[in-house]
Amino acid sequence: MKFVKNIAIALTAVAGLAGTAMGAGAAKHPMQMEWSFNGPTGTYDRAAAQRGWQVYKDVCSACHSLKYFRFRNLADLGYEEDMIKAWAAEYTVVDGVDDAGDPKERSGMPQDAFPSPFPNPQAAAASNGGAVPPDLSLITKARHDGANYVFSLLTGYEDAPADHPMPAGKNYNPYFKGGNISMAPPLSEGIVEYEDGTPATTEQMAKDLTTFLMYVAEPKLEARKHMGLNVLLYLGILIIVLYLSMKKIWKPVKEGKNFYE
Amino acid sequence: MSTINKTIDGEEGATRRDFLHVAATGLGGVGAAAAVWPFIDQMNPAADTLALATVEVDLSAIGEGEAVKVMWQGKPIFIRHRTATEIEEARSVNVAELVDKQTDAERVTEGQEKWLVVTGICTHLGCVPVGTSDGEDKGEFGGWFCPCHGSHYDTSGRIRKGPAPKNLPVPVYTFLSDTTLQIG
Amino acid sequence: MAEWIDAKPKNKAAAWLEERLPIIGLVNNVVGVDTPTPRNLNYWWNFGSLAGLMLVIQIISGVVLAMHYTPNTLMAFDSVERIMRDVNYGWLIRYMHANGASFFFIAVYIHIFRGLYYGSYKAPREVLWMLGIVIFLLMMATAFMGYVLPWGQMSFWGATVITNLFSAIPVVGESIVSLLWGGFSVDNPTLNRFFSLHYLLPFVIAGVVILHIWAKKVSDSGNPLGIDVKSSADQIPFHPFYTVKDAFGAAVFFAIFAAFLFYMPNALGHPDNYIPAEPLVTPASIVPEWYFLPFYAILRAIDFPLGIPFTDIVFVEAKLLGVLAMFASILVWFGLPWLDTSKVRSGKFRPMFRWFFAFLVIDMFVLTWLGAQKPEGNIPFYGKIATFYYFSYFLLILPVLGKREKTLPLPESIANPVVKAAE
Repeated sequence: MKFVKNIAIALTAVAGLAGTAMGAGAAKHPMQMEWSFNGPTGTYDRAAAQRGWQVYKDVCSACHSLKYFRFRNLADLGYEEDMIKAWAAEYTVVDGVDDAGDPKERSGMPQDAFPSPFPNPQAAAASNGGAVPPDLSLITKARHDGANYVFSLLTGYEDAPADHPMPAGKNYNPYFKGGNISMAPPLSEGIVEYEDGTPATTEQMAKDLTTFLMYVAEPKLEARKHMGLNVLLYLGILIIVLYLSMKKIWKPVKEGKNFYE
Repeated sequence: MSTINKTIDGEEGATRRDFLHVAATGLGGVGAAAAVWPFIDQMNPAADTLALATVEVDLSAIGEGEAVKVMWQGKPIFIRHRTATEIEEARSVNVAELVDKQTDAERVTEGQEKWLVVTGICTHLGCVPVGTSDGEDKGEFGGWFCPCHGSHYDTSGRIRKGPAPKNLPVPVYTFLSDTTLQIG
Repeated sequence: MAEWIDAKPKNKAAAWLEERLPIIGLVNNVVGVDTPTPRNLNYWWNFGSLAGLMLVIQIISGVVLAMHYTPNTLMAFDSVERIMRDVNYGWLIRYMHANGASFFFIAVYIHIFRGLYYGSYKAPREVLWMLGIVIFLLMMATAFMGYVLPWGQMSFWGATVITNLFSAIPVVGESIVSLLWGGFSVDNPTLNRFFSLHYLLPFVIAGVVILHIWAKKVSDSGNPLGIDVKSSADQIPFHPFYTVKDAFGAAVFFAIFAAFLFYMPNALGHPDNYIPAEPLVTPASIVPEWYFLPFYAILRAIDFPLGIPFTDIVFVEAKLLGVLAMFASILVWFGLPWLDTSKVRSGKFRPMFRWFFAFLVIDMFVLTWLGAQKPEGNIPFYGKIATFYYFSYFLLILPVLGKREKTLPLPESIANPVVKAAE
């Protein structure tokens, strides 16, 4: 067993080396924030997610789609059905064709996806200086350290270092790969007036928005962690019982008994 | 092989029936059984399917004597704005003579008798009867006619002639207002 | 065949069936609970049945996912998101399948390296070993095609890079690539055939697994001492001893699996695969799934052609040589029964071998790490060293070592040391 231990120690050393080398990247490492959804019992802070939804609706949705998000999902964030219906009805969606064969429009319903600001990527690029604003449904899962990355990016705009060449129409953000991001700083103090009266600082909004986007990317996170706890608890008990049972069954073997005589 | 079993059963019999082993086997069985449920439940209607469980229909566009077909849960629903004559016809039928004995009043909402809402699937073998749109054959009783095997439905959607055993089923619906109908 | 069908079930209905189709006896003889098994199998022997369990989990969860998945480039990504969001327990089943692939590979890698250490490939178990390699190759193909199905960025670019490997084959390479694609790039026809094959191959694997188990039955289980069973005292019935040991091992393994599934379901994946496939934008770095990394590192390490040094004469282009090296790194395992010349099976009694083996294990981890790095700076150089050791182990060290090494004395029998220890 000592031999196995030696190998294990060597492997740990190699793994440690690999870990440090992997950390080095082109962009600045995201700030590490405390999130309500972190940890084995993490849940979504409903109030933050609701405020984040407000930020998305009032600010981000002008350019960014959220195509896997349905109005009905807002019920998960603690909104009442009437409110969800009212919000959905504020939007017009295209649904099928009328008798003349033209696209038919109707007001939104809870089962509808949140409407995209642009009909197609070409239109999005044309309105945004050639850069297509990415869909935000999965943004916190589609980037390394996603939640921290989104928060850092939103709050990390700063003046470019003197030696950093800035192309026209770009903004400097050290958390973005290469530093030059097309999106202008989207959040500024008071751009949203929170319904619950929370002061809308940039940091507050970035935090709320990240919570909301994390929910949109991983809506089943709470169910997953809850089930995980039960499964691990069950397996823990099963392991103990099986271990004791195994020891008992194996006793005659350990004593050298021959079962074929 | 049986001798081996005998050896184990004979000498270790008490051990094998030990509470521990029963607990281990039972616990494992319970876990396996619990794990089966998600694999079955995934076949039930998903959240997006359930979200479409109701549809709202604007009735103001349907003139007297007209009918429309709407889709609800993947099935056609016939909504007919009945004329006074049609309502009268539906009521005057002797219920005792019907195949599937139902009065017209049982098939419409009180106060909204002019609206007949039925699922447009022939109770014989699942074809969609004709008679909703203008100019289609409404059958001998002025309701619907199923071209597959010749079932005739009346102005209350009841089976009157042909092989179908039941009346056209009435789906669950409510009037949200005089001009808005919610099916489901 | 007679020995397979000699079991006579006592149950009347079973006996009736047995007379007409001797299937109970056949199954019982191959995987029967009474099968005499060496009494000294350690925990490394758990990973065979664990791999089998993982195959079952993958097939069940995969069949279920196929009920909701749409193999079309326009809808594949959306259909996966629908599974994650709307299908009842869809998130559970999809994460189970995605992480299950990784844990299947973990079990199989440990199973393979157990075989390498204890000499499980040596006579009379050569065919058993080779069937195992066939299973591993089928698993790699299946896993690769499965990773393409969500149609994210890594799916698309992984498929592009791996299928392009075949273009290295002289003369027919390009034709083979367009045959694989069913077009001029990785596109809808490619996705459709990958889905079809991804569904088919696991059942082929299951078939080869049956042969693998059958071969094990014929040649008997190996054991940590590497010596043959001499008498019935060396053996114990499979049930209840190894059933309970396997169950215990499985519960521990599942606990680790569950920790990943429920608490870090995306840790073994790549974030870029949550970006829908975009044929116009290549991701900054294309990294295969972790279980392919050692072989990917070998592919990249060979960036030089095979020819006569200091001349322009080239026998094999660098690209083809890399591809050949990658395939050879697995195919070399087929030759192991003859490459390892040692008469002693178990590494336990081969002091020198143990060090070389330990370096091989470390080398595999290094190759895994190298496969994930960008080929910059010293990385290609390290890759060459690691690749050199990998091939040296099989082609130089094992053949020579077996003839030179002074091995430790072997125990008299399996039962003997066990009995002694108990006294």
